[in-house]
Amino acid sequence: MDEVKLHYDVSAYDFTRAGEASGKLKRSLKELGFAPAVTRNVAIAVYEAEINMVIHADGGVIDATVTPECITVVLADKGPGIPDIELAMKEGYSTAPENVRSLGFGAGMGLPNIKKYTDEMNIDTVIGEGTTITLKVYNK
Amino acid sequence: MNTVFHSVSLDKQKCLGCMNCIKRCPTQAIRVRHGKATIISERCIDCGECIRICPHHAKTAKSDPIEDIEKFKYKIALPAPSLYGQFNNLDDINYILTALTELGFDKVFEVAKGAEIISDATRKLLKYGELTKPVISSACPAVCRLIRISYPDLIDNLLELNTPMDESARLARLEAKAETGLDDSDIGVFFITPCPAKITAIKNPLCAEKSDVDGAIAISDIYPMLVSKMDHLKELKSMDESGRIGVGWATSGGEASGTLSRKYIAADGIENVIKILEEIEDEKLNDIEFIELNACTGGCVGGCLTVSNTFVAKTRLSILKQYRPVSCNHIDTEEVPDEMMWQANLQPYSVLKLADNVTDAMKLMNQVSEMVKNFPGLDCGTCGAPTCRSLAEDIVRGYASVDHCVFRLKAEMSHTTPLNEDEIEKFIPVPFREIIDEEKLKWT
Repeated sequence: MDEVKLHYDVSAYDFTRAGEASGKLKRSLKELGFAPAVTRNVAIAVYEAEINMVIHADGGVIDATVTPECITVVLADKGPGIPDIELAMKEGYSTAPENVRSLGFGAGMGLPNIKKYTDEMNIDTVIGEGTTITLKVYNK
Repeated sequence: MNTVFHSVSLDKQKCLGCMNCIKRCPTQAIRVRHGKATIISERCIDCGECIRICPHHAKTAKSDPIEDIEKFKYKIALPAPSLYGQFNNLDDINYILTALTELGFDKVFEVAKGAEIISDATRKLLKYGELTKPVISSACPAVCRLIRISYPDLIDNLLELNTPMDESARLARLEAKAETGLDDSDIGVFFITPCPAKITAIKNPLCAEKSDVDGAIAISDIYPMLVSKMDHLKELKSMDESGRIGVGWATSGGEASGTLSRKYIAADGIENVIKILEEIEDEKLNDIEFIELNACTGGCVGGCLTVSNTFVAKTRLSILKQYRPVSCNHIDTEEVPDEMMWQANLQPYSVLKLADNVTDAMKLMNQVSEMVKNFPGLDCGTCGAPTCRSLAEDIVRGYASVDHCVFRLKAEMSHTTPLNEDEIEKFIPVPFREIIDEEKLKWT
């Protein structure tokens, strides 16, 4: 079976644990022997998405499917949803509350960075129900 | 398994096979096998954490005896700046330097002096060089080895400059040859070391064919000899040539502040070093110029071959250096000379990979994940591996088997004995035992 499935839970509003899931995923990709650049891109993109889950949604779940060709990560939350994706994709646009910004988060670079570090990115969002981000990084 | 030199080694006689070192090791490089700890050579970074934690003093650092200096016609001592912090009520470095000459050294070259030259070179490279930011200091050999095996992507960020020890050895040799006319082989250069990582860096250098240093004498070995000489010096000679920056290298933050840049981080203690390396890897520290990392808490002064309490020594050092000039040593040229740069590239050597190709590694990872589900998840270490997961990894790599886990005993016994479940449960130590009938009365 040329596939590895990895699952992580992200808890809400817990900044002490933010980055735990992306850190574990990074470690697994290193153990699988992916090129450092591939591992780094996945780790950075998933970290950004994980932080978004902590800040905006009530936490969520992360499911990664790894094949020798591609790393696919699905991040699903039951948060408020994104009203205007185009606006949210603009660098510097942020709806993070002040207390979160004071921690150094909420620079409005989350979604733009996820796009920058991945080969494919898809946002599926329903207001009041939640957001699912699917990202892919190919093993080049 | 390759058998390259490591200073950190095991005294089998003293080892009880306890779990202390396997749990402490930051690279999971130790396993207990047949009642004794064994070090996995390619994972060991010589940080000395196991030496510090071992209650039986079974972990040691191989260093050279002072008698070895007699093999050479001309003997040079390279005292590490951390040596200066080891003495009570010392107000003048010259006591130490003079005592070293009375122990048989013909010349003393302060590593603090070499450190100031390296600081100057670092400033020049940061200003003119095309460096990958953030620049990571390469002065701590344990950190370089950690990057090599676990963070190979960050090798490009390492400052490709000699360590103060190497630079001091190079310059001391040049001076000695010019002064005496002796051949290289007649000149013996000995580093007075606070840690085993430096010893390994001498015997088995990563970024040069051969080290200019011939041997390493542990601070803890030379300390009593120095103290007795310092108490009865015939004549105090003025030999010190280093300033605040050079002496400052002994403690965490000293090297970084020597860059005269504000945008620096100095992290010490191996767990903190690992956290910073993770952050650099995730590109969270891209606005930082320079990162100093020391495997030991407090910096070199916290090395496991020093004798004084780290924090006491730090205070002594800050008192010792307070009236010294900022820096007494500089490079004469505008460019950093080639001889000061690494003579060989640092080669990555990832130890994390489960297999050589991704497909095989995936199969093994799936096996590991399945296996871990059947282990108790206590990470108790009684199997000889630091965590349940590391045991599973050892098993799929072929280095261990499932019956290393004592908690598998229950499952094994149920197939082979006529005992009932409660009776089998009694073989499990109380802290981990499910409550059996007679115990229910006591505990509920």
